[in-house]
Amino acid sequence: MGAAEPQVQSAARTPLIALLGNPNCGKTALFNRLTGARQKVANYAGVTIERKEGGFTSPAGQSFRVLDLPGAYSLSATTPDEAITRDVVAGLRADEQAPDAIVCVVNATNLRLNLRLVLEVKRLGMPMLLALNMVDVAKKRGIAIDTARLAQELQMPVVETVAVQSGGEKALLNALDAMAPGQSVKALPLAAIDAVTVEATQREVRRILDACTSHANDTGNLTERIDHVVLHPLLGPILLAALMFLVFQAVFSWAAVPMEMITAGVDAVGQWISAHMAEGMLRSLVVEGVLGGVGSVLVFLPQILILFFFILVLEDCGYLPRAAFLLDRLMGGVGLSGRAFIPLLSSFACAIPGIMAARTIQNPRDRLVTIMIAPLMTCSARLPVYALIIAAFIPNRDLNGIVSLQGLVLFILYFAGIFSAMAVAWIFKRTMGANQQQPLMLELPSYHWPHLRNLALGLWERAKIFLTRVGTVILTLMVLLWFLSSFPGAPEGATQPAIYYSIAGMLGRALEVVFAPIGFGWQICIALVPGMAAREVAVGALGTVYALSQTGEELATSLTPIIAQSWSLATALSLLAWYVFAPQCMSTLSVVKRETNSLRYPLIMAGYMFALAYAASFLTYRIALFALG
Amino acid sequence: MTLAPAVTTLDTLAAGQSATVIHLAPAPVQGPDTGVDMSRRLMELGFVPGERIRMLKRGLPGGDPLAVKVGETTFAMRRFEAALISIKPE
Repeated sequence: MGAAEPQVQSAARTPLIALLGNPNCGKTALFNRLTGARQKVANYAGVTIERKEGGFTSPAGQSFRVLDLPGAYSLSATTPDEAITRDVVAGLRADEQAPDAIVCVVNATNLRLNLRLVLEVKRLGMPMLLALNMVDVAKKRGIAIDTARLAQELQMPVVETVAVQSGGEKALLNALDAMAPGQSVKALPLAAIDAVTVEATQREVRRILDACTSHANDTGNLTERIDHVVLHPLLGPILLAALMFLVFQAVFSWAAVPMEMITAGVDAVGQWISAHMAEGMLRSLVVEGVLGGVGSVLVFLPQILILFFFILVLEDCGYLPRAAFLLDRLMGGVGLSGRAFIPLLSSFACAIPGIMAARTIQNPRDRLVTIMIAPLMTCSARLPVYALIIAAFIPNRDLNGIVSLQGLVLFILYFAGIFSAMAVAWIFKRTMGANQQQPLMLELPSYHWPHLRNLALGLWERAKIFLTRVGTVILTLMVLLWFLSSFPGAPEGATQPAIYYSIAGMLGRALEVVFAPIGFGWQICIALVPGMAAREVAVGALGTVYALSQTGEELATSLTPIIAQSWSLATALSLLAWYVFAPQCMSTLSVVKRETNSLRYPLIMAGYMFALAYAASFLTYRIALFALG
Repeated sequence: MTLAPAVTTLDTLAAGQSATVIHLAPAPVQGPDTGVDMSRRLMELGFVPGERIRMLKRGLPGGDPLAVKVGETTFAMRRFEAALISIKPE
């Protein structure tokens, strides 16, 4: 073992290079190109900003470690992201080794903005290299850049890169070999940056641009023409609504085939086990507990992937900031900052990253309101619940050839979440007192085609997160629920299925007293309890509960027909309304406690969401009962 | 040249019009919790005196928010932010 130690030491001295650049310069694409799958994603200590590190080997055989720093417009930091970037570059973070060299990534089509940061960083006196990224787009547009002259003006090596093309990083690798970073150079104090005013820096940028670039043949890009429609005061919002509508339609219509395949697969496994295993407790655990529970959650993987496919495509091509622009009036109208859009949008995936992303909002009151309404955005964990009930109760009917009734109901549920979030924000703002205006300052980057590789990586990441949850949290809870639902067994001469007499059954029947007025029977009440750990567990729990409730010989692992038989439409609609608000998510509440550093806000959140959920379900149930006779 | 339009602020510029940045007013005194020097930030985003800008789009109703092009970049901002930027329309 002793012989290995010197090697470890030399590995620790692998040169560390940091990628630094403006947002939207293609820095992360370049990082992915350099490191491939060899990435470690973690958080910087004490903050929830992602720290991405990876490694690669140059053509000369030298290994490098590479750090993808958060995008920054300036090193005189305004946001927590920029503060991290500043501190890492200047070697001020105790937990982070100072980089041996800095690779400044710039967008070749937008040097006027990007070069200012390069000039700022240069004042720190670190070994530097300029990666002129997206140079293919610049060439196509007819922007001529004299790289030799640029290198001379900036007094640093300049290489051309195309991060989205295989081999587009070659020039950078060769330049890093030639540079051979290794000797640590200590950065000059940060005060060096402010020694020159922003105006003077911009004058220098203009001088360099005049000397090195020519826009004489610049054909411009399509972005402005597209924006003419996308940001149009009337057409823009219509397009946004149509786009969102299309997404929810696709979630249902595209997912049908893969979902049937998963159901059939789980059924086949269940039957095979039933046929080959002796009847008894263990078989019940595997077939009813594990397959019945986990299988009913697993089936929603295609729908989640389709939803994220659209979110990732819209993000990659540059549409999302436009959506923020279009919705800004609405956000401002209820007193939210424009910056609240991104945390709220992340909450469609899960409220937890959304609540953590609220850290980018500087005003504490504003941040608090954003945190409080984030769980009202329909997170992907609710999708299985919605999809299950919609598939069971809403007929799959075309309304006019294009619009399906199921997609429409899903769209309405998402909209109900957004609408109630806006209403709650408005009330919070009123009760918390007057408030000054909040800045927006959001870049609308150029449009570009989404990159398949990034898209595939993003979807893979999502599938992994979902399957890990199914395999860990959900599986554990299902096994636990099976035990609670199976013991104690049914007494002699029992008229109900065994689960009715079990611990879970007793709990469900006790809760039924509270939930009967909104139409929930004891089976649903049992499912609500493990649903507090993660919302989609409720679906798995229903799977287990109903699998165990069946008395017949044949055992269906697919849940949809069972609930279609045993619930009334009013109960189904009531449960949908419940999940629009659905206060029961322990991890969200604990993150709120951590982020606000008090018990007060998670309690308020749980209280107001429970009240809203109960009220909405009560109204839905009663109106449905009345309307349906 | 003597007929050059008078200096105004960016929030009054109509969609499609161009202008040159003249000056950035220091941000009005904000509550202690804002913590951002908005003028400094606007400069870092490229709204530096001498730069040419163009109003691309204005939202409805009330012309808020604004989409402004500076150099090659488009930024979305609210009216009160734009009001900090003095411009000379072309």
